[in-house]
Amino acid sequence: MVMSQRLTRDDVAHVARLARLRLSEAELDEFTPQLADVLAHAEDIERLDVGDVAPTAHPLPLRNVFRDDVVRPSIDRDEVLAAAPAAQDGQFRVPQILGEEQ
Amino acid sequence: MSDVPEGWELICGLEVHCELATTTKLFCGCRNRFGDDANTNVCPVCLGLPGSLPVLNGEAVEYAMKLGRALNCTVNASVFARKNYFYPDMPRDFQVTQFDRPTNTMGYLDLPAGKRIGVTRAHIEEDTGKTSHAGGDGRIHGAEYSLVDYNRAGVPLVEIVSEPDIRSADEAKAYVDELRKIVLAIGVSDAKMEEGSMRVDANVSVRPAGSTEFRTRCEIKNINSLSSIERAIRYEANRHIGLYDAGERPHQETRHWDEENQRTRAGRSKENSDDYRYFPEPDLLPLEPSAADIARIDASLPLLPAARRGRLADVATVSAERAGLIVDRGQDEFAFRAIGAGADPARVLVHIEQNLKDGFGAMGIDEFVRLVAMETENKLSATQTKQVLAELVAAGGSPEEVAKARGFEAMQSSDLAAIVDKIIAENPDDWQRFVAADDKDANKIYGFFAGLVMKATQGKADGKAVREIFMQRRA
Amino acid sequence: MTIGSAFDIAAQVRAGTRSARAVVDECLAAVDAREGDVHAFNLVLADQARAAADAIDARVANGEDPGPLAGVPVALKDNLCTRGLPTTCSSRILEGWRPPYDASVVQRIVAAGGIVVGKTNLDEFAMGSSTENSAFGPTRNPHDLSKVPGGSSGGSAAAVAAGFAALALGSDTGGSIRQPAALCGVVGVKPTYGLVSRYGLIAFASSLDQIGPFAANVRDAALLLEVIAGHDEMDSTSIPQASPSLVDVLDDGVDGLRVGIIEELSGEGIAPDVLAQLHAAATALEKAGAIVETASVPATIYGLSAYYLIAPAEASSNLARYDGVRYGNRVDGASTTEMMEATRTAGFGAEVKRRIMLGTYALSAGYYDAYYGKAQRVRTLIIRDFARAYERFDVLLCPTSPTTAFALGAKTADPLTMYLNDVCTIPSNLAGQPAMSVPFGVGDDGMPIGVQVLAPLQGEATMFRVAAVLEAAQKVGDHV
Repeated sequence: MVMSQRLTRDDVAHVARLARLRLSEAELDEFTPQLADVLAHAEDIERLDVGDVAPTAHPLPLRNVFRDDVVRPSIDRDEVLAAAPAAQDGQFRVPQILGEEQ
Repeated sequence: MSDVPEGWELICGLEVHCELATTTKLFCGCRNRFGDDANTNVCPVCLGLPGSLPVLNGEAVEYAMKLGRALNCTVNASVFARKNYFYPDMPRDFQVTQFDRPTNTMGYLDLPAGKRIGVTRAHIEEDTGKTSHAGGDGRIHGAEYSLVDYNRAGVPLVEIVSEPDIRSADEAKAYVDELRKIVLAIGVSDAKMEEGSMRVDANVSVRPAGSTEFRTRCEIKNINSLSSIERAIRYEANRHIGLYDAGERPHQETRHWDEENQRTRAGRSKENSDDYRYFPEPDLLPLEPSAADIARIDASLPLLPAARRGRLADVATVSAERAGLIVDRGQDEFAFRAIGAGADPARVLVHIEQNLKDGFGAMGIDEFVRLVAMETENKLSATQTKQVLAELVAAGGSPEEVAKARGFEAMQSSDLAAIVDKIIAENPDDWQRFVAADDKDANKIYGFFAGLVMKATQGKADGKAVREIFMQRRA
Repeated sequence: MTIGSAFDIAAQVRAGTRSARAVVDECLAAVDAREGDVHAFNLVLADQARAAADAIDARVANGEDPGPLAGVPVALKDNLCTRGLPTTCSSRILEGWRPPYDASVVQRIVAAGGIVVGKTNLDEFAMGSSTENSAFGPTRNPHDLSKVPGGSSGGSAAAVAAGFAALALGSDTGGSIRQPAALCGVVGVKPTYGLVSRYGLIAFASSLDQIGPFAANVRDAALLLEVIAGHDEMDSTSIPQASPSLVDVLDDGVDGLRVGIIEELSGEGIAPDVLAQLHAAATALEKAGAIVETASVPATIYGLSAYYLIAPAEASSNLARYDGVRYGNRVDGASTTEMMEATRTAGFGAEVKRRIMLGTYALSAGYYDAYYGKAQRVRTLIIRDFARAYERFDVLLCPTSPTTAFALGAKTADPLTMYLNDVCTIPSNLAGQPAMSVPFGVGDDGMPIGVQVLAPLQGEATMFRVAAVLEAAQKVGDHV
């Protein structure tokens, strides 16, 4: 069985939760076959035997790129917080965080 | 004291996060500094603003490799990865860390008592910002909310993961204590648990003694002092045992140490953290330190605490643990050289441990060595030596001149015996009690007599000699 | 249809024979006349552009040289950060956000005397091939308003094609510069990965994204690329070398150059009129002295599959930050998790959601090896096959887009059909290699066709020489 056939409506719902997206029932119906189509197209590489081929993460063979440990100016806090949807006391304000320690 | 009831064994591995003491953050030029006003050390990079890109701080990598080598690790070619999960303290909702190719692997740390604890890995990652809980203040219908400060976001960390080799709360504490000493010795972190620049998570499980299985472990977070490490681990191990005894079993979870109530509590729900979707960070390039880089780092490492303890223990013929106090105070080099110059090791250790807690002041090693010689040759009593020592520390000078100026010449033992006999004669009731007392009480009464002798001799008497005479008379 | 070449504008402005203000006014007049139909821009910076032009003119009057782009109007794709100016990625989620910094390329353009005239429309977060996925409505093809301009940099391509700007910048992750350039009849270049700094380009897929120029002609494209290329310490993946010399090699010709036509990308699935122009282009190169043969790069057929796993995977991570905490729009919720979900659900369009979910799936536990890991290995195969081809050839040739511009709405219902538009452009992104689209003839429908020239890493100079010959061949009518 190829992977794409395993993509169920529940998988899509799970992935949406992981990605912090809410999908309506109608969207689940729409997205599931669309994503399955793309994965079905990917069956061509799924079948390839590339176990002995190293993965490429970067197209360029650059290594060991560093900057010096030197201070550069930070940006003005008022400018930073002006962009925030909610701010208070020089900080970003968010609704209560559930299920986690502070 | 045993941590767990007989028949059980405690198993513990530690994950220690250590903030590196670089000038700037891991991926940008913002200051890496504790205690500044919220959100003042931020820029597009560490706020994760759209379009910004990370550029790696070379000094942080240098520090991480130093720490790796100090923990006897292999330094590898390494790759940064993104750990994806949503949390408001992470500006990009992923954390840059190292996953399958960490910088340091396969090291170890020797506890002062001798046991070797394996270090699985020590990898580089970025710190998160800080959220603080607020609200319930009536401003918005009493709603609760949190505030986020990103000053700490992007501060470089090394996470040191131990093997599950730790078998007691005491060992766990000793491990963290020793790790802290190493980090301080090589200068890569200020390692302050109270400021969070060193943070400890403990993976705790238990098993029946003699078994080799590994049972379900729980990760304890939020341990914020050296002393709470022991209590948290002990609590958690016994919680597991309680569950097993009741026919239940712990389930794998993250728990939090509740300092106020001295217990662990179930923490973050696992729904979010099950699947971190690690993949190589495309905005950063691999690290490939050369053999020359590693040789340079090795050469830059100072003698580490364990080696310093061993060195002092060897010359002083004491245990490494005994040498530990002096090493911890950074006074071992002085002691080592004084002994090397011929000073009596026992006296050197006693003086440094007891009389030189605040340092050597104006006193040079050579002067100290001559003073110890005067003492061991009985030219000065212990009390006199202590006084000369204090003056040398305060004002410098030569021990011979200081002793002479104070008129210190050791009393002849015959003179001392006469003084002792006179005091015995003058205090017959106390003497009778002294003779009749058991050893423990006799010691207390002896203090009274010794005080009278010192008063009579203006402190010139050698305490050891005085005690000998009294004990002879008592016998 | 254009305001004249950027090269000429800069020369005239620097010489004081034409005012930058006059150039900008001409541009803005073109915008006034046609922008309502085309909708190339999310934001037109009329006042700012006029003020910048006046400043350039003052500097020239003062005897200064404003630089190689003196007075040249440049349009910026709206995924490039501009300090204090709205930068939206054509997404609701960033509506109203004003970055506190300029992208490195924007700094370089301004430092070279260029004048930013506006921010151009794109498929939301550069995800798309038609610019129909914009939250602010589609851009239309200036050659035929019923057709798409291609995408995702459709606004930039249309702006140059309509004469709204002499030059534009786009970003190309899987063809997002070259395909709209082909569909709009302009030159579009995807440089070698790392040649142009990505600092300030809002990321789609970090290991594939590259900024590049749009221009009405090859020389202008070379001029703009020279200005924006070169090492930038703010981008770790930036090649540590100075900008290459390109304008100076344009007249070097192709005599003796070995040109390979990629057979895997020049057959099935490519429209006959597009193939006809490709072969006409090959003939033109032969006439100019090049040796043209068929080349095989077998692994390119896997490009599409690899791309549609790698790009969404990286995107799913890059787009996590739009969570309503620090900037952009927020939709409130009772908890932070609910707020984040509500914000992202309302803020992202369907295509962005599809790709985020696809990428999240490709990276998730149990599927990494089968999908993302596999795609990364296929990437190696493609690089290896290109390397073999470049042992025999100096450049490779194939179509840019399988068809000419299609009608608005024609492919929106079926994402996979839309993705197939990128089949010829994707391999270069996966390999990190440069490629450019040069207009070459028109299709049966009279719409522009682009021919794609591909080169090995940092092979821009040779690539531009070939492009210049193709362009010249057209000017003398030397094509079907």
